[in-house]
Amino acid sequence: MQNLISERVADFLKNYPPFNEMLEKDLGSLSEEVSIIYKEKGSDIFSEGEAPHPHFYVVHKGAVSLNRKDTDEIMDICDEGDIFGLRPLMANENYKLDASAFEESILYAIPIASFRPFAQTYEEVSNFLIESFASNTRNPYAKRSSGRLLSDTKNTTTLSQGSGLLDLQAVKIKKKLVSCTPQTDAGTVARLMTRKKVGSVLVVNEDFLPLGIITDKDLRNTIVTGKLPVSATAENIMTTPVITYPEKLTVTQAQMAMMKNDIGHICLTEDGTPNTKAVGIISKHDVMLAVGNNPAVLMKEIKWAKKIKQIRSIRKSVMMLLKAYLEDNIPMSITMQVISELNDACVKQLISIALKKMPSEPPVGFSWVAMGSQGRGEQLLHTDQDNAIIFEDVEEERLPEVTNYFLELARRVTKGLRTIGYEYCPADMMASNPKWCLSLTEWKNLVSHWIINPGKDEVLLSSIFFDYNHTYGDRSLVNALADHIFDSVKKYPIFYMHLASGALQNPSPTGFFRQFLLEQDGQYKDFFDLKRRALMPLTDGARVLILSHQIKSINNTAKRYEKLAELEPNNREFFLSCSYATKALLKFRAKQGILHNDSGRFIALETLTKEEKIKLKRTFKTIKELQELISVRFKVSNILG
Amino acid sequence: MRSPFNKTPVELPGFWKEYEIEASKKLPPELESNSFVVLDTETTGFSFQRDRMLSIGALTLKNGVMEVNNSLELYLKQERFDHSTVKIHGLLKKETKTCVTEYEAMRQLLAYVKNSVIVGHHTHFDISMINKALKRQGLPELLNRSLDTALLYPKSLIKSPLRSQKDHYTLDDLAEAFDISLKDRHTALGDAYITAIAFLGIIGRLQKKENLSLNSLFKLNTI
Repeated sequence: MQNLISERVADFLKNYPPFNEMLEKDLGSLSEEVSIIYKEKGSDIFSEGEAPHPHFYVVHKGAVSLNRKDTDEIMDICDEGDIFGLRPLMANENYKLDASAFEESILYAIPIASFRPFAQTYEEVSNFLIESFASNTRNPYAKRSSGRLLSDTKNTTTLSQGSGLLDLQAVKIKKKLVSCTPQTDAGTVARLMTRKKVGSVLVVNEDFLPLGIITDKDLRNTIVTGKLPVSATAENIMTTPVITYPEKLTVTQAQMAMMKNDIGHICLTEDGTPNTKAVGIISKHDVMLAVGNNPAVLMKEIKWAKKIKQIRSIRKSVMMLLKAYLEDNIPMSITMQVISELNDACVKQLISIALKKMPSEPPVGFSWVAMGSQGRGEQLLHTDQDNAIIFEDVEEERLPEVTNYFLELARRVTKGLRTIGYEYCPADMMASNPKWCLSLTEWKNLVSHWIINPGKDEVLLSSIFFDYNHTYGDRSLVNALADHIFDSVKKYPIFYMHLASGALQNPSPTGFFRQFLLEQDGQYKDFFDLKRRALMPLTDGARVLILSHQIKSINNTAKRYEKLAELEPNNREFFLSCSYATKALLKFRAKQGILHNDSGRFIALETLTKEEKIKLKRTFKTIKELQELISVRFKVSNILG
Repeated sequence: MRSPFNKTPVELPGFWKEYEIEASKKLPPELESNSFVVLDTETTGFSFQRDRMLSIGALTLKNGVMEVNNSLELYLKQERFDHSTVKIHGLLKKETKTCVTEYEAMRQLLAYVKNSVIVGHHTHFDISMINKALKRQGLPELLNRSLDTALLYPKSLIKSPLRSQKDHYTLDDLAEAFDISLKDRHTALGDAYITAIAFLGIIGRLQKKENLSLNSLFKLNTI
């Protein structure tokens, strides 16, 4: 019996291949057989070697990662509309990869028994299956939307292969080599290239050793010009000798080789000589794609994005770039800058997309402000979103209407941010909350209130809010508020003391015997809270010190310490070590976060090496000294007592 | 002549007895082994006395899995029709859907819920509506235990002085929080689906805080 739920399922499936080929009626009846499965982030769906389930899966929401058990390497990430776990069912073999929920996910499980008849009756469906099973790699020309059944095989090029930095990263090779014999005629070669959608064919002998290569250009020069008939054999058309290279080739090497030999294709063989078996071909296009993983290209892509979903996939590339940077030990200050610029650009683009979708232009100027780590330009991983809106003052009678406009805008933007990977702020510190979507005057009043009545919550709020950064709109609004903050603080210097005491409230990272202090209870029992115990004392300290020097517009913690080193030459060494410690800890956190696909905040100590532990402890010494300095300088004991 | 005070017990129909046997079975303590029937009713209004159910939609969840073909969608024959609710529910009296009598609807519902835990958004309302219908058909009240997403959802949120807790969360709030499309909102099965996904999300969040058993879930199901 068709019901609303099955209609909902069908409505979703019809957008993705191969289901888009099916008639409504058939898709409807298939949808009735579907089970909807909810998977908590990190939970397993199936594991390597397990007997196949009676159904395969389509990702409805969230993302699923396919891992190799032995290396724990992520082979592929399946997104909305992607199919996985089908190949083992069709081939009647056990699963070859582990599948687990990379994010909180909703999956549709489609029983193979109900699906199989359609695979037989619909030519398009069976073609889709055959094509995706036949070629073990992802066709680089295929659109992103085409399903990826292939993701179940071990042979797919791994995602992490693209992790080497830009030029040094290994080129992804087409493993399924399109080849022909020397005796094949030109017409057959041309049809083969069309069918396989490739621009080149390798001519090999019976031992699969490369003899020559035929590209579109060769066909043009020999056949189309009429120099040779269509019946000419491959050996007469091909370009020889083939330029061969070993399998492990970096992008730069490939580029160099192509330039040096003035060719567009390189053949890869087992040992790099023409005397071993051919394993793949790299074209100029492949090189271009590989280079695509660089900040400039990503930036351009972001600016071209017209849909929020596009930004989501770009953000994934940004994460890969981050991973590459961390692995290649690129200086943390550069990493932070590049990644926050990219993140910032994503948010900007998202806001402008949201603005276009609003029914009318903004009634007055506004500024979208990022707070917390994003505001400090330290956000490397997908963390929670903290943001606010400041808009120009309007007459009182227009205020409700204007506020509603910006709340609606904020609601759309925060939803979009969530789509691209920023979780909602658990404390609801977002512009969509009426408390954080205010006019300039309302903001000034609120901030004054915090400064004049510095209670515990007020200090906490100001500490989050004072690390803000303008993201989109009218910067002068942010500056006006910043001026107001400095003026107010000047009038109420006692606020520094409260801010300083707030900075000392964070629990200490080590105990009396310099052992790590672990969390006592909750979900993260026995984990080390890197954020609260190590990073927060540093960021909080930097904030109060820099504010007391009346320096605005520097929000980044490491940069703040560098500025402090400049301002206080006698403490120069110490502040530089603070800056170093901050960067080291951020890097540590980012690495941990990538490793575990989370915010990197909680660390299982036993997973660290001895060296890493020593490094961590070294930063703790700096933290301790910093806290002493703050406590003396701002006479915190006065108000604590 | 029989005395009006000396009531002989009415013979209850066989389907009730079957339900009674099922429903009195002990529930397993682990969440994974229990089945949850997520249920929503559309009614002509909010009065338990005057108003009637127009439709009932229900889904079964077991161990995080919901089977599309194992759902219940019932449209009830109406004697009376209240125009004030037409708009919101979009169910016309001459609906092409096949309607069943209230008695038949109750029979199918009881056969469907068995001993599952009933889950809903403001479950109390739906269960009371069903109990009224059961009473009109000369049947006892539902025996199932129940959970309410409106009560459980706030428990899954973090407590922070920065966060202003609302005292009332609508199904729309939940759909927003769990990013569930509002398609088919205000149809019984559509709302049941939204509630079901939200329920799974809530359990997921709660499980992060503690190891959840069925009993601890019942303990959280309070204001």
